[in-house]
Amino acid sequence: MTVMSMTTPSCPDLYWLPEAADFDGALRMFRNTELSGEENWVTLQTLANYRLDFMQTRRLDRVVSDKTGSLPGSVPRLRLAILGSSTLEHLAPAIRIGALRRGLLVEVHVAPFGQWRQQILDPASALYAFQPDAVLLSLDHAALLPTLPLNAPRIDVEAALDAAVDELAQLWHLLRDRAKAVVIQQTQWIVAPSLFGHFERTVPAAPAAIATQFDARLTVRAAEEGALLLDLRQATSGIGAEQIGDPMLWHHAKQTISPMAAPWVGDHIARILAALRGLSKKVAILDLDNTLWGGVIGDDGLDGVVLGQGSGTGEAYLTFQHYLKALRSRGVLLAVSSKNEQAIAEAAFDQHPEMVLRRDDFAAFEANWNDKPSAVRRIAKDLDLGLDSFVFIDDNPAERDLMRRTLPAVSVPELPEAPELYAKCIADAGYFEAVSFSLEDTKRNDQYAANRERKRRQFSATNMEDFLRDLQMVLTVSAFRQADLPRITQLINKTNQFNLTTRRYTEAEVRALMEDPSVLTYAFRLTDRFGDNGLTSIVIGRRGPEPGSLELDSWLMSCRILGRRVENAVLQVIVEDAKVAGITQLIGRYRPTPKNGLVKDHYPNLGFSLLEGATDPGETAWILPLENLSLPPVDHIAVMRGS
Amino acid sequence: MDKQEIYAALTDILQDVFDNPDIVATPDLSASDVPEWDSFNHINIVVASEMRFGIKFKTAEIESLRNVGDFVELIASKRIAA
Repeated sequence: MTVMSMTTPSCPDLYWLPEAADFDGALRMFRNTELSGEENWVTLQTLANYRLDFMQTRRLDRVVSDKTGSLPGSVPRLRLAILGSSTLEHLAPAIRIGALRRGLLVEVHVAPFGQWRQQILDPASALYAFQPDAVLLSLDHAALLPTLPLNAPRIDVEAALDAAVDELAQLWHLLRDRAKAVVIQQTQWIVAPSLFGHFERTVPAAPAAIATQFDARLTVRAAEEGALLLDLRQATSGIGAEQIGDPMLWHHAKQTISPMAAPWVGDHIARILAALRGLSKKVAILDLDNTLWGGVIGDDGLDGVVLGQGSGTGEAYLTFQHYLKALRSRGVLLAVSSKNEQAIAEAAFDQHPEMVLRRDDFAAFEANWNDKPSAVRRIAKDLDLGLDSFVFIDDNPAERDLMRRTLPAVSVPELPEAPELYAKCIADAGYFEAVSFSLEDTKRNDQYAANRERKRRQFSATNMEDFLRDLQMVLTVSAFRQADLPRITQLINKTNQFNLTTRRYTEAEVRALMEDPSVLTYAFRLTDRFGDNGLTSIVIGRRGPEPGSLELDSWLMSCRILGRRVENAVLQVIVEDAKVAGITQLIGRYRPTPKNGLVKDHYPNLGFSLLEGATDPGETAWILPLENLSLPPVDHIAVMRGS
Repeated sequence: MDKQEIYAALTDILQDVFDNPDIVATPDLSASDVPEWDSFNHINIVVASEMRFGIKFKTAEIESLRNVGDFVELIASKRIAA
């Protein structure tokens, strides 16, 4: 692999877009066909929404310039000036095509490289003559960052960094005053070879320390001044800076960004421009089966779908749901388009115990057997939004293809086959780019208040009792249910520490326990003011051997809720139940393993007495008579009975 | 891929870069023969070739080129090495 990467070029591609079967053929045909301005506009956007490489991007860009004159006057437009400390002309076609992909026509002016200061300072410069709507400052470390002796003290470095950011902010002001343009400042993405290795950033004047400290100041200042960031530092952190830069091209042509990476960088720049014109996507329309969970709910049933803890795939779907929920909380609308029975699909959200998204999270919900383009049209009408506001997220390639053919204005990502990559794909595609985040977007205030409260609570509790009470724990108990089986089986087989007997059962054996009338099963979920801890505690009781006895076959709890005295509440539930069932005594056993010393004194701590004899070596047996038993009250946990 | 095929592929690249269907890659062709062959398009030819042939050029290799013939020799040698 290492040898390959040295001898063959690589670059990030637009992997969320479909590959064109015959792009050149389609381009040639389009070039030679007379269409109306409106048809030209739609066709150009469709062609731009393929996974184009650098040369294909250039080819399409040439056709765009041929056809620009014919396009309707109503088409959204923007003028972008680029000032750089390296050669950037090669980005222009990629920016134009990236914008076209989002329904925006961009005119690009690239100032001669290295001329950025003069262009900003001189009111008669070509920059101002161009009358840009937005100015991108693509300035690399050599142009912007102070250089100090390596032994410069921190205070000198900080003064130099402040001066550099101040100077930059002055230039932003000039641009805004003179050009009335939005300023977009690129962050530092080039990684210089390290001098100190991992120690590098602890040395204030080391290159990497200067670059990251500069960016930290820059981002704060940009937020204060209303400048936007082209955050290539962040964007390249996932793919590696060497994916977009090539030292050969810098030395030979003063290009920091490789032409091969131009489609990717251009797409990132275009996202910001489109967002400035209000062209970011607003709604994620989601398929259900194999998109939000594994399996088919209509066939497999609520208990059969793969979602949540107990399987890696189930957790991957859960992670995707969490991502969507977070998108929703920043103001992205969610909707459903699924081929399903409406009642079954809706019930899944209210009844599946692991479901993160709720029915209420969706602004529109279309589950029926009609074609999906019709559903999307209906949702667009209901929400009073244009089709170009929608992203259609579906694992089924046939549905995606139909959507693209029928409604080209809808964005349709090529979803990866693995659900663990869904969130990354949606994020990488840059559909929901923001240029502001305000109260109107979301209930930001509520969230911030909740977070502040949570932090305050964490630190305000001065003793254990207060801490436990402040957690506002709610313990929900139910007998084992089909839908919980994977999680129950997982807990039984993975819990080592808080586990009194460490008896392991397969899923089939657990199911047998559920059906055995002499067995009482308990599954406990715990929520607190910070959220749902999920199904985290299990008790299995068997009647016998003497009449009136309940033998606690298993008692186990996930480590994540240790130290909260949940076991006291659990015992109360069991005692209440046992009394109703005519049971007079509980028998518990502790079977020591190398890992469960934690619960050695579990039963005596709960008030059980030692039961002499009749135990295996090392094992202890404990008894709790229920007659006239009064347990100390558990007032820090509320107990609820589930279905 | 023999040299003839490399010439054919380079012809495609040159026609694409210069948007000119008449240009043909020949051993003696050089930047001075094509008015639009400036440093910007030179890099486009180099990068398009890297993509097309799946190879990576070094700075020194690019600097030593005199004409298309040199370039084809370089591509052929790198493809054998790869």
